[in-house]
Amino acid sequence: MASPLSGLPGSPIEPAEAPFVTGPSAIDDEILGQLLRKALERGGDFADLFFEYRRHAAISMEDGRVRSVGGGVDMGVGIRVVQGSAVGYAYAESLELNEMLAAAQTASRIAQSGGGVAPVAIRRLDLKNRYPVAAQVVDVAGADRVALLRRADAAARAEDPRVVRVDASLVAVHKEVLVCSSTGAVGYDIQPMVRIGVAVVASDGQRTESGQSGGGGRFGLDYFTHVSPEAHGKEAVRVALVNLDSRPAPAGTMPVVLAPGDSGILLHEAVGHGLEADFNRKRTSNYTDRIGQSVASPLVTVIDDPAIVGSRGSINVDDEGEIPIEHRLIENGILRAYLHDRISATHFKESSAGSGRRESFRDVPMPRMTNTLMLAGEDDPESIIRSVKRGVYAKKFSGGQVNISNGDFVFSLTEGYLIEDGKLTAPLKSANLIGNGPEALTTVSMVGHDFELSDGMWTCGKDGQSAPVGVGMPTVKLDRLTVGGTAV
Amino acid sequence: MELESVASHAIEVLRSLGVQHAEVSVGVGKELEISVREGEVELVKEAASSGLSVRVMVDDRVAVSSTTDLARDSVAAFLARAVDMAQISEPDPMAAPPDPSELAREIPLLALFDPRTDRVNADEGIALAKRAEAVAFAFDPRITSSDGASFSRSSSHGVLATTGGFLARKSGTYQSLAVQAIADDADGKKRNGSYWTGARFFEELEDPEAVGREAALRAIRALGSAKMDTGVYPIVFDKDAARAIVGLVAGCVLGDAIYRRRSYLAERVGTRIGSDRVTLVDDPLRDRGPGSRAFDGEGRPVTRRVVVQGGTLESFLLDSYSARKLGLVPTGSASGGGGIPHSSTSNFYLQAGDVAPESLIAGIEKGLFVQRMMGFGFDPVTGDFSRGAEGFLIENGQLTVPVGEITISRNLDEILKGIDAVASDLDFKTAISSPSFRVDAMTVGGA
Repeated sequence: MASPLSGLPGSPIEPAEAPFVTGPSAIDDEILGQLLRKALERGGDFADLFFEYRRHAAISMEDGRVRSVGGGVDMGVGIRVVQGSAVGYAYAESLELNEMLAAAQTASRIAQSGGGVAPVAIRRLDLKNRYPVAAQVVDVAGADRVALLRRADAAARAEDPRVVRVDASLVAVHKEVLVCSSTGAVGYDIQPMVRIGVAVVASDGQRTESGQSGGGGRFGLDYFTHVSPEAHGKEAVRVALVNLDSRPAPAGTMPVVLAPGDSGILLHEAVGHGLEADFNRKRTSNYTDRIGQSVASPLVTVIDDPAIVGSRGSINVDDEGEIPIEHRLIENGILRAYLHDRISATHFKESSAGSGRRESFRDVPMPRMTNTLMLAGEDDPESIIRSVKRGVYAKKFSGGQVNISNGDFVFSLTEGYLIEDGKLTAPLKSANLIGNGPEALTTVSMVGHDFELSDGMWTCGKDGQSAPVGVGMPTVKLDRLTVGGTAV
Repeated sequence: MELESVASHAIEVLRSLGVQHAEVSVGVGKELEISVREGEVELVKEAASSGLSVRVMVDDRVAVSSTTDLARDSVAAFLARAVDMAQISEPDPMAAPPDPSELAREIPLLALFDPRTDRVNADEGIALAKRAEAVAFAFDPRITSSDGASFSRSSSHGVLATTGGFLARKSGTYQSLAVQAIADDADGKKRNGSYWTGARFFEELEDPEAVGREAALRAIRALGSAKMDTGVYPIVFDKDAARAIVGLVAGCVLGDAIYRRRSYLAERVGTRIGSDRVTLVDDPLRDRGPGSRAFDGEGRPVTRRVVVQGGTLESFLLDSYSARKLGLVPTGSASGGGGIPHSSTSNFYLQAGDVAPESLIAGIEKGLFVQRMMGFGFDPVTGDFSRGAEGFLIENGQLTVPVGEITISRNLDEILKGIDAVASDLDFKTAISSPSFRVDAMTVGGA
């Protein structure tokens, strides 16, 4: 599938609608100062206020009929007081001053140092917009949003008579955040999001299999001119039909070639989480104390890039009010950096944080990935496949997980092929792949020149909080990875 | 603010807006979350929340919405918007709520709310977490760090009201205490051991000492962990891992999965789907059960149901919609009142056997004891199962060396039919639960 992430028109024209920004309840500098003073009245190193307004619109279609239409608004403010690495946290689900002050007081109890810290003068951060959107999907008329799903549904059904069921969904979000910390910096951002998903079941009378396709990102309606609803419908059918012919995957350790794009989930699990600095501050990650050391093959360069236009993981400002920048995590195999939030940046005496993210105003921020990518190499993708005598070509995935401490990671293959004598042969039944982060990446022996960004569908979970992320990589060969099939 | 009056008022407003059917759910909750690490407090989070969610049906068209603003004026405006939203939906008569005659009249009294839990304050939570973590560190000098210990508790009260005349309240508490201990291995790897306890009632929590000790023990026992050889072996699932298998079956007996053709069990009612050791029960009426409910999300009465009896699939778990889609009778298994109702399990468990868990490994010449699994490798449409695993090698009836970075795979249908022993160690700390059990064979992907 083509990457939708090029040639976007226009500049940001979304109007603000959050009541803390516009209208009679708008939060002014006076109230910000008052809340910060209350939060820090018992002391503390710093405090921050995270105002969030989230309006969403969702449609689900089942077998060609709209099953439900949903939508709603969620709004509130999370208040945090930090002393050392100790955090006091509370939130209010309203902009009533007394409720916000009560939350500030609850959060303040963490601090014991007594002396109040006066916040400095409030100043607004000037942010670049990495996701200018002309027409937000959340504002598109309901009938027109239904029509998008109907196009996906019809395309899937028309594709093949073996399709027995099609479900499709469209979720659009308009989110505004305003972050103000006791440094005085105020970051304000509008964060649009759209996501379409199509799920197909196909049956040939003997076997029943499923296929899915989804995508989106911080786009408006223009997303669907880059990737049509029909394309997702057809892609879901293609995967289901491939799986109708699948045979049991092999079991054991063998070479694995990762297809470009979605395979980036391997980076996310194998190295990304282990480089989140909270785990290294707590010395629970197997990358603890390894900055400057070789942790991967010299062919491997991994970055976390919050600035990819329209990508699902991109952010203009992080959820602690810091402007996020590109981080080179691994450069030619050498571990260069962790991903920091404010607490870990202070601990490691790092100047830049910028990776502090949270699911909502009800949650504390922590170091998180944005868009995690492996940069392209020089190998021809065809020759990478040709170099494998017997192994697995891994193309699509349903998700992954990592054990931070020992570095073991898994990811679940939903479309894969056996490689025999340098050629893709039989499609394989779903199977897990398992490896160990630092060990797996040292076995990277070829890196393709065909970098691809995965279309926006990934949600990362950490400590019960989910966050939208992006991944991407070129075709990559790992000499040894364990494949969890049933065929011995 | 009285929840009943907010809910009743919302139903009145909806009737005045011409809504034929609606369910309104109003709830309030409060939470406390504590984490400590290396003896120091890392997080104290305390907050209260409230919310109203609604499903409306106008001319058979469905819309759902939710708000956190319970002020009367706001609720009225919010409901009007939800009714407008239904216009872009499409008529679906099957989405109608139960007939009023089918609604629960007597609501059983279940012990689900513990005032003691509700009162646990930050200082108490901190003390419990610190104690548990300290025990883990003191257990063995090889415990070198900790991801910390955490305590959390939540309390909630909710009211469900429907245009069919149903109005009832549910209240509940739950708390948990968890420790993750880390040991440094010889090869530079870290080994983590985690353990937790959870319950609705404070007195049912395991001691912080027991939690800390078990977490430390698990980290220490994982030292020296290695891959095992690829092959086909008998597998013993510790109850924490066994629960995950039972959870997969749970997802495949729900009406939603059946009518959406997302279950390999869709055509299997009345047939054998497991060995005769496999009896699976859904029991919403357990006192103190984490998954208990006195009525379902549509206001229907609930009852204990044997879903699989001695290996034979007896019935699915159905809400109104999935039952109508399938031409079956609803089983009172809806959740999601105020949203789109969907079929769900309550307390769903594999019935305990009568042998001690230690006896499961006896007689196994070479096999795998699975303590923890990773990943999401399960396809409900086919039943194909493949996940990462950690645990211990079983040799000549004994647990010998720790193993990890391996996968275990087999189709779930074959796994259930291969269960040849079930232990007696069932507990109910989670809504889906299982005793330890043994499977005759699975493929291990390893070295």
